[in-house]
Amino acid sequence: MSIALDTAVPLDAKAAAAEARYAQATQLQLTWWRFRKHRLALISLFVIVLFYAVAIFADFLATTDPHATDARRSFIPPQGIHLFDDSGFNPHVYGLRGVRNPRTFQMVYTPDPTRKLPVRMFVHGHSYNLFGFIETDIHLFGVEGGRPGESIFLLGTDQLGRDLFSRMMVATRVSLVIGLCGVTLSLFLGVLLGGISGLYGGWVDLVIQRIIEVLRSVPTIPLWMGLAAALPRTWSVIQVYFAITLIISLIGWTDLARVVRGRFLALREEDFVVAAELSGASQGRIIFRHMLPSFTSHIIAATSLALPAMIISETSLSFLGLGLRPPAVSWGILLQDAQNIQVLAGAPWLLLPAVPVTLVILAFNFLGDGLRDAADPYG
Amino acid sequence: MVIYLLRRLGLALITCVFISIFTFIIIRLPPGDFVDAYIANLAASGSSVSADQAEAMRRDYGLDRPVVVQYGIWMGRVLNGDFGVSMVWRRPVTEVIGDRLWLTMAVSVSALFLTWMIALPIGIYSAMRQYSIGDYIFTTLGFMGLAIPNFLLALILMYVGFRYLGLNVGGLFSAEYAQADWSLGRAWDLMKHLPLPAAVLAMAGTAQLIRIMRANLLDELRKPYVVTARAKGLTEMRAVLKYPVRAALNPFASSLAYLFPYLVSGSIIVSLVLGLPTVGPLLLQALVAQDMFLAGAIVLLLGVMTVIGTLISDMLLMWIDPRIRLEGR
Repeated sequence: MSIALDTAVPLDAKAAAAEARYAQATQLQLTWWRFRKHRLALISLFVIVLFYAVAIFADFLATTDPHATDARRSFIPPQGIHLFDDSGFNPHVYGLRGVRNPRTFQMVYTPDPTRKLPVRMFVHGHSYNLFGFIETDIHLFGVEGGRPGESIFLLGTDQLGRDLFSRMMVATRVSLVIGLCGVTLSLFLGVLLGGISGLYGGWVDLVIQRIIEVLRSVPTIPLWMGLAAALPRTWSVIQVYFAITLIISLIGWTDLARVVRGRFLALREEDFVVAAELSGASQGRIIFRHMLPSFTSHIIAATSLALPAMIISETSLSFLGLGLRPPAVSWGILLQDAQNIQVLAGAPWLLLPAVPVTLVILAFNFLGDGLRDAADPYG
Repeated sequence: MVIYLLRRLGLALITCVFISIFTFIIIRLPPGDFVDAYIANLAASGSSVSADQAEAMRRDYGLDRPVVVQYGIWMGRVLNGDFGVSMVWRRPVTEVIGDRLWLTMAVSVSALFLTWMIALPIGIYSAMRQYSIGDYIFTTLGFMGLAIPNFLLALILMYVGFRYLGLNVGGLFSAEYAQADWSLGRAWDLMKHLPLPAAVLAMAGTAQLIRIMRANLLDELRKPYVVTARAKGLTEMRAVLKYPVRAALNPFASSLAYLFPYLVSGSIIVSLVLGLPTVGPLLLQALVAQDMFLAGAIVLLLGVMTVIGTLISDMLLMWIDPRIRLEGR
């Protein structure tokens, strides 16, 4: 019978099918459909995935050892790749001849068109550990057959002759991972304290709310600076890394706690929670089986809005010289080189690490906005 | 209203106590105590201190007593206006800070006013002309302001000013007034230099407030009373400005209170880039040199000033929003 109906009014059936699909869709599907409509958020998601891909394959993408210093190649300007030569397609960069300016003692580099360094894919370079355990020396691209010290400097070099492009790749990993660690810690604190606050109410709620208000009315950067400066100088890079993450997330949890508390307060009165209570479900079951799934999307949205703040915090602290310390490489540490206006006037490419910082913050903001809109698929 | 005021005052006090404890922790965090650092500092310049003298100094500063007592002693000194001696500068901390604290506040407060002055009209415009070209331009600019950390913006401005205009855009005073005593000329000089750092600081906050104002006003504009006002023949200007804007102003004003700590915070790092004579560069120097009394005093004073500023904006909110004024009646 249904077949007959279908052939009789195909249009209506199609609409009905769509409606049925809508009615039967899980919350996750609905959220995804809603999210897909937000064009900017979708692009941002793509950008962020790209950034994390860079973070994972940082060493593979780096063309030169990011820590290798060489006084003879300090402040080389960004180099362009020449795609064609007389023999057709043959990507190459010119070798550089550095001459010291007799008046300023600055190195001045002139490209040497007679020395072509071919740029190839999957070349052998400095060795590194892919994913931390596979030892290899293959890189996505690089020059073949250069003399030691010769390489491709896509974005130029810094004062110590380190390749900015390679350093930016590695910095992406450090900055993004520190943001992720910080947000995970804030998430834990925020969900725990916000949940307790919203669930139990009463004086516990009052105390936690006051703590949040106090934390929010304190100027954070001076406090961070104080804490970060007090870290012992003898600590290793890893120890400082974790300490900084901890310091940053100490403030970051308050926003997440407010979101979680708000959702708990709203959901506590919902019929399905009362129904679960009346049918004798334990408190743990009510929280984790019934309440939590209905606001995970809100938590995800709040998290992606909290991430850019974390990244800015780390960048600011490292920029001041109080965050991560060299030899660690992060966006903030790279920007530290650009702090001096005289240096910057001579080597403006040192300001380039500002681009990924801005891009990733923008992307996380759009993504968070899109997720927040999609978090209420029935709204 | 009295209850609201008292609650706010109480909260401000708790916050101040929290900040003081925090400051105390920061002062005590580096290994060794103040006397150790002082002796090391003296030894570096050639003179030495005997063990007896060191012991006497410890007793004098109460460093042999339990931590809580030490905190009490320290608080007592602070409340009397004695913040200790800066080890690097060898002068009382209050003297070193001088009017840098007031300049910090001047920069932050002018940034706050600028935020208001820019965000309010643009927010109203964006809501009234939703999806117009102007709205899109302002929204895009707003997002850029949100995404570029303010120290980066300061860096870029410095570079552009230096490279293309050939001038140094940093500082708060011209060279001839930098060391001078306060005078009308110096104050006017300050006024001329303030807008740039204030604008840099205000960027992110403005972007946020435009979004809040736009969203709030859009919610209000869809309400039936606005339709009624229009139906009765009020001009568009009057129909929007008279009631919807006032209703939309409340969340706007309350977000202002949260903005102030954020601005003070940002002023520290922007000052460093632009070379402003605020407490920012001093704090960094003190922290790097582990001059903990100076650093502690700056953190404490900044924190307390921020709390006072927030309290003032809370009172402003009370003045704007009658619902809070009538609370508890």
